[in-house]
Amino acid sequence: MVQKNMAVGKSLITPVPKDNKLKKIKKGLYKSRYLYIMIAPVVAYYIIFHYVPMYGAQIAFKDFNPFEGIWKSPWVGFKYFIQFFKSVYFWRLIRNTLGINIYGIIVDFPMPIILALMINEVRNRIFKKSVQTIVYLPHFISTVVLVGMLVSFLSPRSGFINGIIKDFGGQPIHFLSEPGWFKSIYVWSGVWQNAGWGSIIYLAALTGIDPSLYEAAIIDGSSRWQRLIYITIPSLIPTIIIMLILRMGGLLNVGFEKIMLMYNPVTYETADVISTYVYRRGILGAEYSFSTAVGLFNSVVNFIILVSFNALSRKISETSLW
Amino acid sequence: MSRIRSDKEDIVFEIITVFFLTIITIAVLYPIILVVSSSFSSPLAVISNQVKLLPVGFTLKMYQMVFKHPEIWGSYLNTVIYTVLGTTINILFTALGAYPLSRKDMFGRNIFTGLFVFTMFFGGGMIPSFLLIKNLGLYDKIWALVLPGAVSTWNLIIMRTFFQNSIPLELQESAFIDGASDITVFFKIIIPLSTPIIAVMVLFYGVGHWNDWFSALLYISKRAKYPLQIILREILIQSSTQDMSGGSLSDQEMIGEGIKYATMVVATLPILCLYPFLQRYFVKGVMVGAIKG
Repeated sequence: MVQKNMAVGKSLITPVPKDNKLKKIKKGLYKSRYLYIMIAPVVAYYIIFHYVPMYGAQIAFKDFNPFEGIWKSPWVGFKYFIQFFKSVYFWRLIRNTLGINIYGIIVDFPMPIILALMINEVRNRIFKKSVQTIVYLPHFISTVVLVGMLVSFLSPRSGFINGIIKDFGGQPIHFLSEPGWFKSIYVWSGVWQNAGWGSIIYLAALTGIDPSLYEAAIIDGSSRWQRLIYITIPSLIPTIIIMLILRMGGLLNVGFEKIMLMYNPVTYETADVISTYVYRRGILGAEYSFSTAVGLFNSVVNFIILVSFNALSRKISETSLW
Repeated sequence: MSRIRSDKEDIVFEIITVFFLTIITIAVLYPIILVVSSSFSSPLAVISNQVKLLPVGFTLKMYQMVFKHPEIWGSYLNTVIYTVLGTTINILFTALGAYPLSRKDMFGRNIFTGLFVFTMFFGGGMIPSFLLIKNLGLYDKIWALVLPGAVSTWNLIIMRTFFQNSIPLELQESAFIDGASDITVFFKIIIPLSTPIIAVMVLFYGVGHWNDWFSALLYISKRAKYPLQIILREILIQSSTQDMSGGSLSDQEMIGEGIKYATMVVATLPILCLYPFLQRYFVKGVMVGAIKG
């Protein structure tokens, strides 16, 4: 490695006419040839399973006929996008997708942070470890089991929640059949499942804070509360911003698998989101072009939001994804 | 003077923190305890909400019925196969991708990194991916469950960071001087030293495969090939449309409700068993990857 580097260094000192540039490229390629061999299957994977579908997304602009293939299918431009925008469901889908996501962000974005801060303050190692062990656990429960738990616990006849309600003399609530309850159940069960796991990243960042900052503050006679507010939280802000940007990038991408398990036609009014709609129209209904258009709309909007937020963050703070 | 005041404030601070953490821990633990207890309780007790903390009417019958359910075991086996095969492919591909990217002297390193990372933010979508699988002839085949997710870019970055930071460059350099090629270094030095991160990846990918149901929903139509989660979905979620009608439950329905809990436990058991062993690895792994990545 040392010898290879020295060789490159030599050619960087002398001026580089075009001929040498080509030579430099060839040299670089040759040096890394084994690395290319290693990475080749991975590149193939990305091309086949990520970039080819991106290419395939153009059927959103065509009247896709599976038998004719992409090339022969006629071009229809924005026909399906307009169909979607004019559709009866358009506003409902946008409202639900945004609604669930924003509700989610307001509730379950702060939770892991608060949890991490609290765990970080605990001094007893045994208590700390026990809390962490317990709190990470729900993350590993599958979505199906989680929703299964919801179905059972919220059941109007036999669920324990309604059991408590009945004990207090109330009427059982059909939680999963009431559109009004959907968003809350979705979001809060998500908190239960993921707040603990989500705190890991923040805990990791907290371990990176320079201890001498705290030492100085202690000498100055600060209380733990003050240290929390003036040292800990500000140090965490870059991490928070990055996580927030990433979260925003998925704004239109609500965890639809869970929704699909939780919803039923009765609750479509508040539960149906863009991705579940794409599934029904596209996979079940085989309306390939239309549903691809909807999905593409989703991806593009997400991307724009992500880039915008990143740019905004770069201007305001100094933190950004790129 | 101010130090004495701080001590009192500090104690209050600690009490409040411990108090809230305890409440949170209980809130997290309670549903899980309830599920486990209900799985050992008689169906009647479960239906009538008698199970609050400990099993009521202790019985192993629910588990016996689960063990006798043929589709549960068939799909269990399927899931094991998918998970083992899938995770092996995952680790192989992720490592093969992460190592070259960890080498700062790799020519064109940034291009490849960009190529991979871009896919985290934009994709073709559900429908084009679905059509791709069909066109490749992978529908209803195990490969449809195992190949599309072969590499998680997030995990790739974590692994790359590990290779960059935790494996001393001198070790690799001396191997190069001795005439080893990149590939030899990879297999003889990197992999043996990467046990912690591989453990993390086994956990992450393994759990992902074990819990995956949507891929199967999309790409598998033959019942015999269904993974556990699809069968679970039928038992836990889809059967309970009967539950919504109100009125008293028949014996059949009662047992149906009781079995659910035993099924939940049985389905999650492997992960719960693996969990204590791997916990020390993965927290460290995420930390290493996250801060520096």
